[in-house]
Amino acid sequence: MAVQDNIGGAPPRTSLLNDPVFRGIIYQVLVAAAVIGFAAWIVLNTAQNLAMQNKTTGFDFLFRTAGFDISFTLFPWSRTSLYWQAFVAGLLNTLLVAVIGIFFATIIGFTLGIARLSSNWLISRVATVYIETIRNIPLLLQLFFWYFAVLKAMPAVRDSFLLPLGIYINQRGIMVPKPLPDHEFIWVAVAFVLCLVAAIAIGVWATRQRTLTGHYPSSIVLAARVANAVVMFALGYLAFALLGQIIPGLATPMVAAIAALVLVAISFTPYRPYAGAFVASAITFVVAAFLLGGMFNAVPTIAVQLVALLIGLAVGWMMLERIGTAPVDASKFPTALPILVVVGIPLVLYWLIGAELAFEPPVLQRFNFQGGVQLPPELVALVFGLSIYTAAFIAENVRGGIRAVSHGQTEAAQSLGLKEGDRLRLVIVPQAMRVIVPPLTSQYLNLTKNSSLGAAIGYPELVNVFTGTTLNQTGKAIEVIALTMAVYLTFSLVTSAFMNWYNGRVALVER
Amino acid sequence: MTMDLGFVRKEFVPSKPAPGRTGGPILWAQKNLFSTPTDTLFTVIGILFLLWAVPPLYNFIIGHAVMPGGTVEDCRVEGAGACWAYIYARFNFFIYGFYPIQEYWRPNIVFVMLAALIIPLLMPTAPFKRINALLFFVVFPVVSFYLLHGGVFGMRYVPTEQWGGLMVTLIISLVGIICSIPLGILLALGRQSKLPIIKTLCVLFIELWRAVPLITVLFMASIMLPLFMPAGTTVDKLLRALVGVTLFSSAYLAETVRGGLQALPRGQFEAGASLGLGYWKRTYFIILPQALKHVIPGIVNNFIALFKDTSLVSIVGIFDLLNTVQSASSDIEWASPTQAVTGYVFAAFVFWIFCFAMSRYSLWMERRLDTGHKR
Repeated sequence: MAVQDNIGGAPPRTSLLNDPVFRGIIYQVLVAAAVIGFAAWIVLNTAQNLAMQNKTTGFDFLFRTAGFDISFTLFPWSRTSLYWQAFVAGLLNTLLVAVIGIFFATIIGFTLGIARLSSNWLISRVATVYIETIRNIPLLLQLFFWYFAVLKAMPAVRDSFLLPLGIYINQRGIMVPKPLPDHEFIWVAVAFVLCLVAAIAIGVWATRQRTLTGHYPSSIVLAARVANAVVMFALGYLAFALLGQIIPGLATPMVAAIAALVLVAISFTPYRPYAGAFVASAITFVVAAFLLGGMFNAVPTIAVQLVALLIGLAVGWMMLERIGTAPVDASKFPTALPILVVVGIPLVLYWLIGAELAFEPPVLQRFNFQGGVQLPPELVALVFGLSIYTAAFIAENVRGGIRAVSHGQTEAAQSLGLKEGDRLRLVIVPQAMRVIVPPLTSQYLNLTKNSSLGAAIGYPELVNVFTGTTLNQTGKAIEVIALTMAVYLTFSLVTSAFMNWYNGRVALVER
Repeated sequence: MTMDLGFVRKEFVPSKPAPGRTGGPILWAQKNLFSTPTDTLFTVIGILFLLWAVPPLYNFIIGHAVMPGGTVEDCRVEGAGACWAYIYARFNFFIYGFYPIQEYWRPNIVFVMLAALIIPLLMPTAPFKRINALLFFVVFPVVSFYLLHGGVFGMRYVPTEQWGGLMVTLIISLVGIICSIPLGILLALGRQSKLPIIKTLCVLFIELWRAVPLITVLFMASIMLPLFMPAGTTVDKLLRALVGVTLFSSAYLAETVRGGLQALPRGQFEAGASLGLGYWKRTYFIILPQALKHVIPGIVNNFIALFKDTSLVSIVGIFDLLNTVQSASSDIEWASPTQAVTGYVFAAFVFWIFCFAMSRYSLWMERRLDTGHKR
């Protein structure tokens, strides 16, 4: 038997070429030499080419006057601004569109992802059709569609569409009223932030107390009753004021106030859920009637209102089922309290100190709109395209994340007697988020990178302003492209740093 | 003090009556559309949404559309839908771009060859996989290039500036994927390597390309590639875009392949080593066949992304499908209110068909390869 017997002895002498360590070194030296040689070849060629074109290198061009116009900037821009200011303007525009796009894409994406998992056949089918259509069509095509076929096909300035709240849409974009806060308003804003912090603190403290003692502290329960009454009054007033829009007899504030007081009184009796359900269905009825009226112009108003009424009743029924007939007690989280703190206190302050938040509406002059904020169509098209496209991918991540939570977790939660909402909130979602967040951050990064397509429809973001105009004017190809790439590389590094941190935090600790 | 255990049920749940129905459409609707008040509400909202969205869409695409054979006057009528007559009239432009009409047979042969080679390649049960792959990855690109480019065997020379339409979209995406597969595999192997210099270089390459948007890569390829070449060399515009697309997609492909490599248990590497196989033999005979099989769905997904991304080459002035549609939309001869929208709908439909088919294939393959336990 040919058994090598060299245990403990010296290793057999073999050729140096068969030594894995030596071979590894040889390979690496060869590869490094090839890469360095290639890089040197490129550098030499580039230097030669640049010398032939009489071009210099260096970043001193950044401090020269740019001398071109940028259609949309976040800070005052003139033709005498410098190139580095153009760089900053482009970067800020990129970030602006990325932030708005991420906001909408997240909302649409989560809604669609959950809708696609819905047990309702119709809803899940509609979500599936949306996702499968949108994600299989190139983003650039969608941007072209929104920009050239939708926004550029809007009526001319003189025949602008008027939307509610004084918003106009025309070929030149969307005109929205401009908020004009006065000096006192800053205190209202500060109060709002403080109240938000306070509300969260109260919520955390109350929940902690409940975990310790089994019920909410009596002070919280009392405050919650007051808050419930106030919120009920406000909502009831709103409901009757809205109903007044459709049923003219209710239009006076007096009637609405009295009716709201009656609702508050009911809310202290065992018939409390009916008051809530009534308010919910009334508000839904009016909003639905308004929306449906806008959607179906050709259908007679009475039919639209009938359908809206049915929807309102369905919402009321839903509320009754959800709330049940249980009274306010120490076991239910006082939702109304934080709402009252966050909305109510700043509102009271607003009246007390006489702060004013005026809105300057856009007004049609002879040729264009005066006043208001003009959102250029490029920005609107880019936000539309990016959020609609990315939402389809986020929806798939959300669906994947929820599906990744093992079914046993749902069963375990059910066997603990948790209700549908608590089951999702306490068991499923925290575990799903661990799966959702990493791909979600890379979708956010993709959206930011895709915002560079705005260059194709003329939105002045980084690639358009810098790699386009600046490069054409200065001819500094290497510097400009290196800077642009450095920006995106930074975005990417920041994102992956966040992802690593998050992964380390939420990773399952096994064994 | 007694704890109020409000969430403990103290009485039994009353038993439910036997179910009335066990099947049929009414039960189905009850279960899937109207099971709870919330469900009913969503169903109503969904139906209202469909009532609002579907009729105008139907009228635009079919109902009021001008079918092939119609004239531009029909398209200009108030309230006319999609102008399919315009697509029909410009169809050749959308497929071949400015390619000379009498030479259309050349791209047509390429299309037929592509279909004849790729369909058996994608079917797992089709025989002659090795020859098929060799033909598709090596012979087919060379033959296609000479067929389209011409200048040999008495075929007329057609410069790449005249190529366009769907043909260019397919060329860019196919070249991108065919060239990036070997490059991506090498990069993925390099990233998994124990040799520090090779690993660092591969990581740098992959992360750099993945971090930047394709549009800057294309700008770089079209502006900087001529600078990098020795003085006096000209690089074809299409070739520049191809280089950019290939480098870009090889970085993404490398990450997909790395997933497959990491999914293999260590035992496979060790078993190969204990058989006395060297690195390359072990990789070629043992690691890659298993790793690549597992990432076929991922590679197809990469291909879908690449196929959609080819539309960006229109920004650097190449006449791909999107650019032909975009430039035809300012065609005065067919000027009508719906001209641009019709073009976009057509292009979207073509892209959608390809991408949807590929994504279904990837899903099917995933299910085929999945031998785990699913609920």
